[in-house]
Amino acid sequence: MTQRPEPPVLSVHGLSVRFLMPGGHHVAAVTDAHFDVAAGECLALIGESGCGKSVLASALLGLLPANAQTAGRAHLGGLDLLAADERTLARQVRGRMIGLIPQSPAAHLTPVRTIRSQLEETVGQLTGVWGRASVRTAGEDAAARAAFPAGHLDRYPHELSGGLAQRAATALALVGGAPLLLADEPTSGLDRDLVEHTVDELRRHVDTPTRTKGDTGRALLMITHDLTAAERIADKVAVMYAGRLVEVAEADSFFGLPGPRHPYSRGLLGALPERDFTPIPGMPPELGDLPAGCAFATRCARVTDACAHRPPTTGSVACHHPHRPEEIRA
Amino acid sequence: MLELRSITAGYDRRAPVVRGISLTIEPGEAVGLLGPSGCGKSTLARVAALLHRPDSGTLVLDGEPVRGWRHHAPPARRTAIGVVFQQPRLSSDPRLRLADLIAEPLRATGRREEAADRVAELAEPLGLTPDLLRRRPHEVSDGQLQRACLARALVLRPRWLICDEPTAMLDASTTAALVEAIEDYRAATGAGLFAVGHDRTLLRRWCDRTVHWDDLTASSVPPGDRPGSPLAARRPAGAP
Ligand SMILES: Nc1ncnc2c1ncn2[C@@H]1O[C@H](COP(=O)(O)OP(=O)(O)OP(=O)(O)O)[C@@H](O)[C@H]1O
Ligand code: SF4
Ligand SMILES: [Mg+2]
Repeated sequence: MTQRPEPPVLSVHGLSVRFLMPGGHHVAAVTDAHFDVAAGECLALIGESGCGKSVLASALLGLLPANAQTAGRAHLGGLDLLAADERTLARQVRGRMIGLIPQSPAAHLTPVRTIRSQLEETVGQLTGVWGRASVRTAGEDAAARAAFPAGHLDRYPHELSGGLAQRAATALALVGGAPLLLADEPTSGLDRDLVEHTVDELRRHVDTPTRTKGDTGRALLMITHDLTAAERIADKVAVMYAGRLVEVAEADSFFGLPGPRHPYSRGLLGALPERDFTPIPGMPPELGDLPAGCAFATRCARVTDACAHRPPTTGSVACHHPHRPEEIRA
Repeated sequence: MLELRSITAGYDRRAPVVRGISLTIEPGEAVGLLGPSGCGKSTLARVAALLHRPDSGTLVLDGEPVRGWRHHAPPARRTAIGVVFQQPRLSSDPRLRLADLIAEPLRATGRREEAADRVAELAEPLGLTPDLLRRRPHEVSDGQLQRACLARALVLRPRWLICDEPTAMLDASTTAALVEAIEDYRAATGAGLFAVGHDRTLLRRWCDRTVHWDDLTASSVPPGDRPGSPLAARRPAGAP
């Protein structure tokens, strides 16, 4: 699943997002992010809550609030998402080029309409399917793909458990067959079986070619804090800390041996209940008040004087003293 | 002791989602309830937290049967229980600064003057800095807000904590930190814990014992009578 000669579906260069706050203050939510996602590939973006993951996703979709400033480029199918105007984003990008599976499905679903009616409306908008019976079938098929039970299609969002609402939102996102799927916490609130079902379903969509000629599959950018789900689905892992990508690694070596190289990544894996179940000491820094040097320094056991300077991103790890494969194996 | 005796509850009397469930938690004990999505765990947790009146069955709290739910519950009962839910944003008033959010139960019970001290006492070990305490929910992350919701749940020093997947939307490190904070509180006060969720690894690591929804609902044989059932020794005496 890792041979990928095709050009990337999504290519992000130097993406930064800053929020301008009252009083000339600003918050550096995302700083200088670089990554690619190829067709047939899944990149899992992981990191502490509040570190900037969802802001990065909103930047790609053009859904940032008015006080946000972006810099850098994000190419998707010949279009720079950061330069596109709202009309282009609304008519061509959201739903058609990027399918979004949101973080809080209950808030994303329209409260006054049944799941069936929302699915049918989306089928009508985004696919060539027409005619009452065909639209009805297409809506039911979309629900089935996301394991949403047919018996609940005529319910309203508030009548669903957290897990069912999540599956309804997933079904809606898959309707348009977009080349890039952007899933923001698609499995939170699901039990383990459903997590596996959902990520397997997403994986299947990544591996299925789109209708466009020459395409080999879709790309998936999955934002998650569920490391077990990430391990199951991802080809590559990007770790974010305080707005920066501190490590980008192949999933196999990250979750298996030799393991992560950045001290933060190692702390995050170590906190898992199946590992040490020990929290990383301290709290992440405020994005409005980042230190000049490494943002992890106050929590890091390997910190030295060198860390007062911001570490460069070399060999895909932004750290002055990364764990080396030899030392980890020993 | 927290005893749920033959609880039937739901949203439609003709089709209850919780049917005849019994479960007993000893004082100071931590019990995790595992179950698949949509099975009714959250509904049962809401019954135990006095937030949802069951259709039938009895909740016995520290020896006394509960007769009133929600705002009908006597204040002394409500203050014996602290609750933390999965989605902190849905359970916090967006207009309140975190310090006021944490102190809310003190105000509601007319103990406003204790607020400043109690908030300071709780905030420190939970990593809630003075700067964070001055912000409103939309200005903090989910992890930070959930810490504030935990502080709010602890502010009246409850004897029981009911947690409905309090870490489901948090990363691994924040999860471990939240569990550590809850366990520190329990170690200091001897409070009991009823945690529902679907993360088997987490609940097994966290709780004294875990039970599975299916073991509580198995219809043919009452759960306490099944060989090897973790409930065998703990079936409430009065249960049918
Ligand atoms: N307000 C409501 N009105 C009608 N039905 C509801 C309501 N709330 C929940 N339900 C239904 O009751 C059942 C049990 O819901 P509950 O929230 O207890 O599930 P759960 O076990 O906590 O699930 P999850 O793991 O997905 O959170 C589900 O089928 C759900 O759709
Ligand atoms: S740069 Fe220094 S402080 Fe930062 S993670 Fe690496 S070792 Fe730790
Ligand atoms: Mg629930």
